[in-house]
Amino acid sequence: MAAILEVKNIEKIYPDGVIANKDVSVSVEEGTIHAIVGENGAGKSTLMKVIFGITRPQNGTISFQGQEVNFKSPDDAIQQGIGMVHQHLMLASDLTVAENLVLGIEPKRRGIFLDDHEMIRLTREVAQRFSLEVPPDKKIKDLPIGIRQRVEILKALYRKAELLILDEPTAVLTPQETEVLFRTLKQLKANGKTILFISHKLREVKEIADRVTVMRDSQVITTEDAAKLSEEDISHLMVGRDIRTERIPQSETTGEVVLETKGLSFVNEDEIFVLKDVSFSVRAGEILGLAGVEGNGQTELVKLLTGLLQPTDGEIFVRSKAISGLSPRKVREIGLAHIPEDRMENGVADQASVKENLIVDRYYKAPYSRRSRLLWKTITDHTLDLVKRFHILTRNVDTPVNSLSGGNIQKVVVARELSADPDVLIASQPTRGVDVGSEEHIHSLLRQVRDEGKAVFMVSADLDEVLKLSSRILVIYNGEIVAHIPDPSMVSAEDLGPYMLGVKRQEDLGAEIHS
Amino acid sequence: MQKFILRNFTLIRTLIAIALGIVISIFLIYVISETPGFSLKSFLIAPLLSKSRLSNIVENATPILFCGIAIAVAFRAKQFNIGAEGALFISAAVGTAFAVSTSMPIFIHIPLVLLVAAGAGAAWGFIPGFMKAKWGASELVASLMMNYVAYFLGLYLINNFFRDKEAGFLVSYRLPESARLAQFLEGTRMHYGVFLALGAALLIYYLMFHTTLGYEIRMTGHNQGFSRFGGIKIFKIIILVQVIEGALAGMGGMTEIMGIHGRFNWQMSPGYGWEGIIVAIIGREHPILIIFASFFLAYIRVGGQSLNLLADVPFELVTVIQAVIIILITAEAFLGRFKYKLTVNEAKREEAGDESLA
Ligand SMILES: Nc1ncnc2c1ncn2[C@@H]1O[C@H](COP(=O)(O)OP(=O)(O)OP(=O)(O)O)[C@@H](O)[C@H]1O
Ligand SMILES: [Mg+2]
Repeated sequence: MAAILEVKNIEKIYPDGVIANKDVSVSVEEGTIHAIVGENGAGKSTLMKVIFGITRPQNGTISFQGQEVNFKSPDDAIQQGIGMVHQHLMLASDLTVAENLVLGIEPKRRGIFLDDHEMIRLTREVAQRFSLEVPPDKKIKDLPIGIRQRVEILKALYRKAELLILDEPTAVLTPQETEVLFRTLKQLKANGKTILFISHKLREVKEIADRVTVMRDSQVITTEDAAKLSEEDISHLMVGRDIRTERIPQSETTGEVVLETKGLSFVNEDEIFVLKDVSFSVRAGEILGLAGVEGNGQTELVKLLTGLLQPTDGEIFVRSKAISGLSPRKVREIGLAHIPEDRMENGVADQASVKENLIVDRYYKAPYSRRSRLLWKTITDHTLDLVKRFHILTRNVDTPVNSLSGGNIQKVVVARELSADPDVLIASQPTRGVDVGSEEHIHSLLRQVRDEGKAVFMVSADLDEVLKLSSRILVIYNGEIVAHIPDPSMVSAEDLGPYMLGVKRQEDLGAEIHS
Repeated sequence: MQKFILRNFTLIRTLIAIALGIVISIFLIYVISETPGFSLKSFLIAPLLSKSRLSNIVENATPILFCGIAIAVAFRAKQFNIGAEGALFISAAVGTAFAVSTSMPIFIHIPLVLLVAAGAGAAWGFIPGFMKAKWGASELVASLMMNYVAYFLGLYLINNFFRDKEAGFLVSYRLPESARLAQFLEGTRMHYGVFLALGAALLIYYLMFHTTLGYEIRMTGHNQGFSRFGGIKIFKIIILVQVIEGALAGMGGMTEIMGIHGRFNWQMSPGYGWEGIIVAIIGREHPILIIFASFFLAYIRVGGQSLNLLADVPFELVTVIQAVIIILITAEAFLGRFKYKLTVNEAKREEAGDESLA
């Protein structure tokens, strides 16, 4: 079979002097699913951006469908039949799903007027064709990240992409959603489309990819048939050494209730009950995991817990102290830290430096400032310490966060929140986008927090993560808690599925959740 | 050498832009003027040779600098309040009203008058600030409209209540001596206001980069979601930056009245608020750079006046020349490619160095 994409000797150096791709050559066969793997900062996203015409390489050539191409912008790439879904989604958040889908090629009535009905009809049609369900008339900013990503995929498909580039598409999806996505991808492949995708989840790579390219330190280490490599082989190639996956046993000692919600409800702007009568409690020394398909109220629940939204009804207690109505600052001072689900939305200020991003919750306190004066020396030392402890790959502490790779931005957020030494940690998708090694590292840190007698409330789309880390599991569906699993070691991902999809629910949950 | 250029790239780029702007002006002057050599001298050299022109530069730079840092504070928080002009005008009127109606010892009167003017400006900035924070009303539109209100309100106040009927013009009573900023150089109008402006710039620099409030302002400008998440009160910041802007611009207006005119004599809005926007942009919203930008802008303004006065070049052309220089400086991408090339070379060199060591 012929190569649809041929990348040769790409060299990319960023304006700040970072060499992100060094003599990179990859050949992608038509009609295959081709995975790119590598540690955070290995240069994967950069390579994709080069292919898609977002950034220009210093050297090297790219041929697409047998022709040497030289894309000046993503528009050129789209014209030629390449579509891309970015690691950090790029939709217009004030527009609706339908408007985003047809952006730039809108259906018009009499050539001028936007045809809303047609737009919505088209959206429904495309969504159905690729079995990716989306709400056509909802605004992007009101949607959870998982759904936003579907919109991006649909957008590329709608533009008739022959080659679809997906930069970590599954980082934001639940297993069910991933399964749906993979079915879609296989179907696309059967129709002769080519898919190039990045993932840190090696199991997925094994499951779906025909070929795998491994990158390390800005270079391609190898490209192989996926069938020829085991997960261990791949991770070995990625890091150049073996990764130990350590099992830390569940802690036995749980203490008093630290975080508690009672009858929490939230009605959003569209007057829809996003959360209904949510009650649970988290004890010191345990990790309570919340499982559920994204968009079932998790986002709002976390925002309520952290003071970013105020509940319509109900109350939240930290150590029996009611916290609703308190500002985010006050909530933090009571001892709550928060890893947000969308790192770009509120986890970081991407133009600010790594240093400035690491102090947003503590800049006003000693030792970072004294009588309103920032003590930069202390802040720099503090930053250097965190960069080292959390293995953040950055040129220096003054580098703006937007020059870091996706996984490293996540590490900045995690480093800040974990180093806040909270009593309660609200962790939403804590390992989103980080590589296997860093995931292990963050997991062991979360366990450490738990073992220090802190309460952890974790929301994750990654069921494996929930099952692996949680002391107990709650399942949320349509804004309600529908199941409580007191002992996760007794269940598997398959057991949780029916609850997550709303086909099954436990009755009389009330008292038990507070166990 | 490459490293040196890279490290000081912004400065070097600005200097090149200025040089280019001047070359273009030389070209334009040669085309238009009958006596190009003389014209050129009046434009570029004359302002630096005479004491009175030098002092003109300083006088001019003073209110521009006040307005420049004022606007920079708001812009840093991504609050596009362009109401410095209005704040300056209304504050000068209110401050004058206060000064002519009170009498006190000089060391109390001066600071008090300045405080009243700053307070008026602060109140002026509070209005769009509050409307933005509370209802999301565009501060750009609100502050723009309020510039007109300030103008008419200021004139109304002075003309109806504080007008000196004995003067032949529409001017206020004279400020009492105790409310005058002294001129410190015989034969010029240079007054102590310039030191206040420089002091304010240093203070704002310190505020923006070395205090917690400055951090809050800058983070709010970068990403409001992030700031809120971290516990910064954005509501407060949105209002506060515009209050600070108004207060600083107000001081700028008042020092001009106290140091130069000695009475409120503006029949037109003086335009320092608009020049403040220009220097805030040239100075990349950085108080220290804005100092240089203000003096530079004042210099080419004074040069333009002398060019117009001494030589045969119309003032319109002067404006064109100024515009060329400003546009070149503010063009982000100017020489960007050159810089990138240097970076790439440097990176490759380092890389090669690394390998040879390994
Ligand atoms: N805009 C930029 N400016 C400067 N350096 C950058 C920029 N974007 C990325 N880099 C640097 O280039 C290197 C490769 O980054 P890239 O985003 O390609 O990594 P990645 O393999 O996609 O990692 P991840 O798995 O974390 O997403 C990193 O060292 C990163 O810091
Ligand atoms: Mg990436």
